Amino acid sequence: MADHDIALMSHLLRRAGFGAPREELEARAAKGYEATVEELLNPKTQEIADRDEMMRYHPWTWRPGTLPGMGAAEWLHDMVNTENPLEEKMALFWHQVFATGVSKVDHYDDVMDMIVKFRQKGMGDFRVLLLEMAQDPAMIYWLDNCDNHASAVNENWGRELLELFSLGVGNYTEVDVRECSRAFTGWTIQPKLPRGPIGRHDWFFQFKEEDHDDGEKTFLGETGNLNGDDIIRIISEQPATAMFIARHLYNFFVADEAQVPAWAVTPPIDQEAIDLLTDTLIESNYDIRSTLRVLFNSEFFKNARFARLKSPTEVVVGTLRLVGGAEFPAPGIGDLSRQPSYMGQDLLNPPSVEGWHTGAEWINSGSLMRRVNFTAELVGDVERPGIKSLVERLQSQGDKSAEKVVDGCLDLMGPLEVQPESRVELIQFVGEKGEFGWSSPEQTEESKARVSELLQLIVSLREYQYA
Amino acid sequence: MTTTSKDPILVVLQLTGGNDYLNTVIPYTNPLYRDNRPVVGVAEDRVLPLDDKVGFHPEMGPMKTIYDRGDMAIIHGVGYPNSPRSHFRSMDIWHTCEPDKLGTEGWLGKATKDIDPNKENVLTSVAFGASLFRALVLPGVPVAVVDDLDTYGLLPGISEQTQRARILDRFARLYSPAIGTGAVMDYLGQTGLDTLEGADILKQAPQMYSSSVEYPDTVISKRLKGIAQIHMANLGTRIFYVDHGSFDSHSNQVGMHDKLWQDVSQGVECFFDDLKEHGVGDNVIMLMFTEFGRRTHDNGSGTDHGAGGAAFVLGENVKGGQYGEYPSLESRDLEQGDVVPNHDFRGLYSTILEDWMHLDAKPIVEGSFEKFSYLG
Repeated sequence: MADHDIALMSHLLRRAGFGAPREELEARAAKGYEATVEELLNPKTQEIADRDEMMRYHPWTWRPGTLPGMGAAEWLHDMVNTENPLEEKMALFWHQVFATGVSKVDHYDDVMDMIVKFRQKGMGDFRVLLLEMAQDPAMIYWLDNCDNHASAVNENWGRELLELFSLGVGNYTEVDVRECSRAFTGWTIQPKLPRGPIGRHDWFFQFKEEDHDDGEKTFLGETGNLNGDDIIRIISEQPATAMFIARHLYNFFVADEAQVPAWAVTPPIDQEAIDLLTDTLIESNYDIRSTLRVLFNSEFFKNARFARLKSPTEVVVGTLRLVGGAEFPAPGIGDLSRQPSYMGQDLLNPPSVEGWHTGAEWINSGSLMRRVNFTAELVGDVERPGIKSLVERLQSQGDKSAEKVVDGCLDLMGPLEVQPESRVELIQFVGEKGEFGWSSPEQTEESKARVSELLQLIVSLREYQYA
Repeated sequence: MTTTSKDPILVVLQLTGGNDYLNTVIPYTNPLYRDNRPVVGVAEDRVLPLDDKVGFHPEMGPMKTIYDRGDMAIIHGVGYPNSPRSHFRSMDIWHTCEPDKLGTEGWLGKATKDIDPNKENVLTSVAFGASLFRALVLPGVPVAVVDDLDTYGLLPGISEQTQRARILDRFARLYSPAIGTGAVMDYLGQTGLDTLEGADILKQAPQMYSSSVEYPDTVISKRLKGIAQIHMANLGTRIFYVDHGSFDSHSNQVGMHDKLWQDVSQGVECFFDDLKEHGVGDNVIMLMFTEFGRRTHDNGSGTDHGAGGAAFVLGENVKGGQYGEYPSLESRDLEQGDVVPNHDFRGLYSTILEDWMHLDAKPIVEGSFEKFSYLG
């Protein structure tokens, strides 16, 4: 099997998933690239990872209500162990777009219910998903639509729907915001019972006709007694919406774009690619699956290896998948699920409805330190199954020279593409202690320790921050 | 007693989410305030009066103490023309002073470069929080971002010190500008090197600190305490940045806004008390700002995004009082239901940059704007 196929498969799995161990890459590459894309797009089953062990060992991760700290543990476990990586990746994608957080919703269950919707419907018709979000209890509370009344309009949801979920700044007026908000009056939640000792009651969507503004509205040029579903229909007819979603997909899967609020004033880095994705969205009636198929099979995607920075979730989940050993929900999963937040991405709790700033803005001195420290500790543990198998491969290849061991490690960890100068530094680093030996148990132990040091240095590389 | 060099120091406290001007500096004797705030209005007997026109929100008692001793300037009607009423766009504009196009260079990033052009200190600017504020971003300018001073350090998992030194030494070589090309690689490289250098220095700060001031157990107080610790450790930091929020009070504003101001006011009072106790407050000012004020009329539960807001400048050497004019609440004077800003935020920045930091403001804020005299 050509090295090129493995490198490309590794790229696809990093983007359309959270990376994969070498054995999986080899098996998938044997099936072929396009076949793998189809497999990712059409998961065999909607069953998510087995919940029984999570329930048995960490019962508080199941619908944790308002209990802080364990909220994202279940999701993290799913991301690490899923057999349908693209489904989980799309859940993360939509969570970053429809960014809704427990800081205000104060109820993990309702925010997790959004993740379930993203997982189930995230590759379907975008218009359906948008309507689903307009009726989602967590979203309604997060953006105050439960306080949007016929007699007193609250613009929060109406504005963010246009600004952040569909058209983007510059494609509507302040009057449109007002009229859009009026159309969503009466879209609320029930029951509004008080908070209990360890949580709230689950919420459900309710349309309260008597609280809906039935008057005439003019939105983006269309006049009538518009309701919320009319607004979503009108929004979807605007090419600006397709382009906005196309840009989101590009930014998440292909290469880092400017931050979302700047899109009105910054052109895309690859207009042709955005046009292709926009056209696909329009022609397919907003079918996300068809659009992703075009994206993953495009040359601009295949050529974008290591062209974007990993998000904290990608760093944590990707490294855990690489080192293995997180299949069983062992004690400590709560701490693992907090790791992305230490690096600046508190899952289920984005800083605001804008979501997270991505790309180079993930990186600052504090977050870089967290990335290095967390990943170095994981790959430094030679008892982890993924690291064990990596060492065994090196050993069976009989790699002895510093050069061979460095190349072997870089290959088995990705393959990772690093700057030639970085490679020379790594070779010098391990070369300080001479050749590696594998012929006696003592030599093997020493070589293992040296490989562990080398791996820690490799994940500390700038290059490791790229996906 | 701790000694510090007496270079002017700026602490920025960003009130993220759009703080409600009308319920912070309350025009409590203006009948239009009552008309516009049937639900979220603060009753007159709860307002903390500053004069016969305006008063503070009831949870701002500690802020009033500071105001009463003459250590706080309130700047009215701050903003800029044509507010987009988007949090994100608006915050970008505040951070970069670019109202029309996408700015990538932060005003304090530029100030940091002016203060330390040769990058002699990686701690000239320090931000507290999980992310880097765009206000501090400028390619080539280091900013230390600290979320917890106590755990700040690279590769603490390697306990054997010679081995750790060996790896960190190589780390520094791997992050050198000689390797790789492109803005992002350069940025990562510089961040890595600055982190390495800053971590060892910052670690000292909490160890050197002791104080009789007891900060409340809140996020903002913990961060302000960290700032006090770094300032007292005399590490040469000139600009600190921290935020608190979210002030985005579309609904249930009453309890929410109370708690926010309680936490902020208490934290700020402790911070200045702490500096005073150690005799290191006379070269420190704090700027408090928000990206926009909120709509004049409440929405039955909270207030939606607006335009003009208030800013505060605090410190022993601030000429306390009120500056500028409270914008009119008359409906004919409102724009899309919002009070209209009458003081450009770039004038606020210019005052601080020129009259406190002694820097040339024009290239930073890109122009000349009206200044007030609370700093000189």
